[in-house]
Amino acid sequence: MLRLLGSELAVLFRRRRTWAMLLALAAIPILIAVAVRLSSAVPPGRGPAFLDRISQNGLFVGITAMVVAVPLFLPLTVGVVAGDTLAGEAGQGTLRYLLAAPAGRGRLVLVKYLAAAAFAVAAPAAVALAGAGIGALLFPVGPVTLLSGDTIGVAEAVGRLLLIAAYLAVSLLGLSAVGLFVSSLTDVPVGAMAATVVLAVVSQVADALPQLDWLHPWLLSHRWLDFADLLRQPVGWDSFGANALLQAGYVAVFGALAYARFATKDVLS
Amino acid sequence: MTDRSGRAGNPVSPVRETPPGSAAAPGRVAEPGPGPSGLSIETLGLSKRFGRQLAVDGVDLAVPTGSVFGFLGPNGSGKTTTIRILLGLAAASAGTVHVLGEEMPRQLRSVLPRVGALVEGPAFYPFLSGTANLLRFDAADPEAPARTRHARVHRALERVGLTHAADKPVRAYSLGMKQRLGIANALLAPRELLVLDEPTNGLDPQGTREVRHLVRSLAADGTTVFVSSHLLAEVEQICTHAAIMSAGRVVAQGTLAQLRQDGHARVRLRTPDPDDAVRVLRGLGLAAAAGQDGEVTAPLPESPAVAPQPPPEDLVSALVAAGVRVRGFAVEQGSLEDRFVELTGEGFDVAR
Repeated sequence: MLRLLGSELAVLFRRRRTWAMLLALAAIPILIAVAVRLSSAVPPGRGPAFLDRISQNGLFVGITAMVVAVPLFLPLTVGVVAGDTLAGEAGQGTLRYLLAAPAGRGRLVLVKYLAAAAFAVAAPAAVALAGAGIGALLFPVGPVTLLSGDTIGVAEAVGRLLLIAAYLAVSLLGLSAVGLFVSSLTDVPVGAMAATVVLAVVSQVADALPQLDWLHPWLLSHRWLDFADLLRQPVGWDSFGANALLQAGYVAVFGALAYARFATKDVLS
Repeated sequence: MTDRSGRAGNPVSPVRETPPGSAAAPGRVAEPGPGPSGLSIETLGLSKRFGRQLAVDGVDLAVPTGSVFGFLGPNGSGKTTTIRILLGLAAASAGTVHVLGEEMPRQLRSVLPRVGALVEGPAFYPFLSGTANLLRFDAADPEAPARTRHARVHRALERVGLTHAADKPVRAYSLGMKQRLGIANALLAPRELLVLDEPTNGLDPQGTREVRHLVRSLAADGTTVFVSSHLLAEVEQICTHAAIMSAGRVVAQGTLAQLRQDGHARVRLRTPDPDDAVRVLRGLGLAAAAGQDGEVTAPLPESPAVAPQPPPEDLVSALVAAGVRVRGFAVEQGSLEDRFVELTGEGFDVAR
């Protein structure tokens, strides 16, 4: 089990595509930081959240970049990895050799999900860390004033940055499970990737329609941006918990669906 | 059920009544177990339906342990589907499968580590090296010891002659090299059974010879080898047993000698007295016919079961006793190719 997971992670993180996506994510804060550095002061209230604070404190680059990456870039990259899990192996033909090894179908689904989850952790972390790095390089870094008005030191502020990255990683776990299920339905990885990303977008569109407000609490993306509580003193864990519960529900339902589908699937590719 | 009973009386289908090396038919299902007299693969009434099409239709395979078993059939006859079911990749619609004496797919976890497989061509991660690919597939086998993994991968690559390309990405491999790597994957651990689907596909003549040699040496070590192929010459050279599939059914099965024998053997005689010779042979129950230049041919009975086959030497002495001057006499055995074409149809017009 652990050996197969190790092998799976090695395959995932030895792929050029994985690194290209992580680098593209890391480019978001770099782009923001450079743009802010080259322009005159940003008037408050315009652009993404916290954009106006960047020139005073470089640590806000990471936070701003994460806000920017949530609607599309993070779901896009996670959709690629999660959609590729089973369909990619099937399309490539390696699935039959893994199963003949025998990897075991339940074991393979679990390992595939864990690898996709590892990417869901790596993706927001790449944004946060690249943001902190470029922010420290281009702007002054100092104590951060939180939304509650309290001020915390640099070390704690970096901790909060990573906490937000963790929040987003949890947010993406549900989408990873959806991608895993979609991936078990097809032998065409591109189709599974596209379908997963489309579902993420549809969820956000539905979340924006007031007519569907009865549906909102159940939507995958409903709490993706609810991490403001993590920028208060003391840290408010309610939204973290609610989001974790929602995502756990998606993981349970779509993980079970993926397993049920894959366990009985005829592997003919 | 109806189609199976309909086939039972078909004289063209000399499916073994008592398969070589197997116990008597009744009770055979109840006590599986490979051994000197056991079967490595045994299927009974194996069927697979895709929608309305019956891809595999009541296949009874009996692959004796220790044999090199050729699985023949035209493209689309159901060979690969059968292999996928044997390996638990696809579920059978009906019938039972025993591999190495255990029921599949229920005992998949204990069976498959003892089986090496090459299914429908090799498939690898193009961005990984040959070594990394094999390490990955080996890591997927929970019973493969991690301690010996690198050594076993190295040894497998050596066996197929890929050591020089071991660290190149598979993307840069030729088709033949991928095929070799696929065979190396099947040899990662000591196996009791090798299932090789078209193992010489894409190989040059040199590579084909090496694979043949490899299969022989593996068989000599006691590994049962199940090779699917549409190349008859290959099967004739390396196999001890064979089954021929056509349109989802096994139309013939047995030792290679049995299969050849079931083909049309015939007597060819050269004589200056063709008319007398025809008369004598007809008197012995053969449908003899005179050809050109004093040549007389007579097909021998199709199968010994249908009519007793007179020994050739008796035919010669009968001819000589009747005053026929014999210049040449030969019994020509039907080739496997004749048999194959006879059972599966000519050219591209294969049964579907």
